[in-house]
Amino acid sequence: MEIQPKIETKNLNFYYGSKQALRNINVICADRHVTAIIGPSGCGKSTFIRTLNRMNDVIAGTRTEGEILIDGININSSAVDVVGLRKNVGMVFQKPNPFPKSIFDNVAYGLRINDGKRRSEIEDTVEKSLIEAALWDEVRDRLKENAFALSGGQQQRLCIARALAVEPEVILFDEPCSAIDPIATAKIEDLIMKMKKDYTVVIVTHNMQQAARVSDFTAFMMLGDLIEFDKTDKIFTNPANKLTEDYITGRFG
Amino acid sequence: MKRKKIIQFIGFLFLRVCLYTVLAILLILLYDIGKNGGGAISWEFISQPPRRGMTEGGIFPAIMGTFIVTIVTAVLAIPLGMFAAIYLNEYAKQSRLTRLIRLSIRNLSGVPSIVYGLFGVILFVNILKFGTSILSAGLTLGLLTLPWTITASEEALKTIPNSYREGSLALGATKWQAIRTNVLPYAIPGMLTGTVLGLARAAGETAPILFTGAAFYLPYLPKSLSDQFMALPYHLYIMATQHHAIEQVRPLAYGTALVLIVLVLGLNMTAILIRYRMRRKRRW
Repeated sequence: MEIQPKIETKNLNFYYGSKQALRNINVICADRHVTAIIGPSGCGKSTFIRTLNRMNDVIAGTRTEGEILIDGININSSAVDVVGLRKNVGMVFQKPNPFPKSIFDNVAYGLRINDGKRRSEIEDTVEKSLIEAALWDEVRDRLKENAFALSGGQQQRLCIARALAVEPEVILFDEPCSAIDPIATAKIEDLIMKMKKDYTVVIVTHNMQQAARVSDFTAFMMLGDLIEFDKTDKIFTNPANKLTEDYITGRFG
Repeated sequence: MKRKKIIQFIGFLFLRVCLYTVLAILLILLYDIGKNGGGAISWEFISQPPRRGMTEGGIFPAIMGTFIVTIVTAVLAIPLGMFAAIYLNEYAKQSRLTRLIRLSIRNLSGVPSIVYGLFGVILFVNILKFGTSILSAGLTLGLLTLPWTITASEEALKTIPNSYREGSLALGATKWQAIRTNVLPYAIPGMLTGTVLGLARAAGETAPILFTGAAFYLPYLPKSLSDQFMALPYHLYIMATQHHAIEQVRPLAYGTALVLIVLVLGLNMTAILIRYRMRRKRRW
């Protein structure tokens, strides 16, 4: 399959107040592929992924320089509506964050706030999204139950279903497995690998094996700099940079 | 080893004595009022106006006056306080100015109530020409309640995890949608609890209504918001200190105190009930 760029950052700089958190990041996330962002704590991985749906807007005193192009359009330009952007670029957070509503209402949430869809349409989409997130069989008889009754791993898949329901093209995962157990993690990894058929996936992870397993491309970041960006195979077998090699072989981090 | 245990024992004993002292004061107070006021309570006492220079009859106008003025207070303090808190916590930039505003609000809740009363006279009675009336008194009590409402509402909003806001925004909600659908529904019980406690405090205040609308004696009920009214705390004050036959009306004064305490307790119980139901429902 030919590789098309979906997201492209050009000389991306990001600041929290006067503190620079990202320096000159140039990354291309390929359409319908998985791009992993790895690096030690505090390297700016989460900051980076949150620039892609402008989630950092909610933090006071932040500033973005450079361009972030999604389908060739700069998402920071004044013509772009941030609400539409976030609908198109979904996000799954580090800690599962179901809302204190029923399982059904969690998945329907994005549909209800967006536009007046009919009841039957909402029901269909909820079912479809739960199937896509590999959760349907576990919850089909208890859709009215509170989402907090689910296990951590189920909650995270619920959050994935919730993100899928609004039909985004890109899904951002911000360390989605750091708060759940290994078996639940394996399920979510499976899911991510299947999802790239239809979606462009960007995943931040602390876990290098996870990046190696699920991603096609890997970016290695350190202290706000992009150290190396290449095909995942290349990064993990034959990294060009000494720092990358030290990190993936576990010499620090 | 032994020594540590003795120190612990003395420490706990001290804490326990403190608690029992506070409880004892409360119980003695309630007992005294209950014993002396209980006899005055009758259907006539709560359903009839005072008679014969307030030496006989009941306190019905005072009960109604306090009730109505508390409603006026609520109408001002609940929406204004809640919306101000939403703005402060959700929309306002966290700058030096907002910190200053927040500090001022906290300080306002410590301002003596007589200061509110005099302020109410100037603003509502004189400048806005509402006269000495239910409206002026209710608004004055509203001002007194506002700092409590705002502070309690803000605290309630702060207990809602940020992940609800972010999760909602990430699905394409506008900020207002996120707040309305995913923050307020969970915060409102907490906001109400604080507000009702504020109202309970306002209902028992005398100083703010002293010059703004409370009447010494009215044999009838107020007919509009521009009428004066009788109020339980003020009535109690009159009966206990200003009456020409203080000894004779003492039981009536105790009865009034009992009714006022029951009313405030009722409001507080409402708040506790709301909080209890909220705690049972909340999962975060």
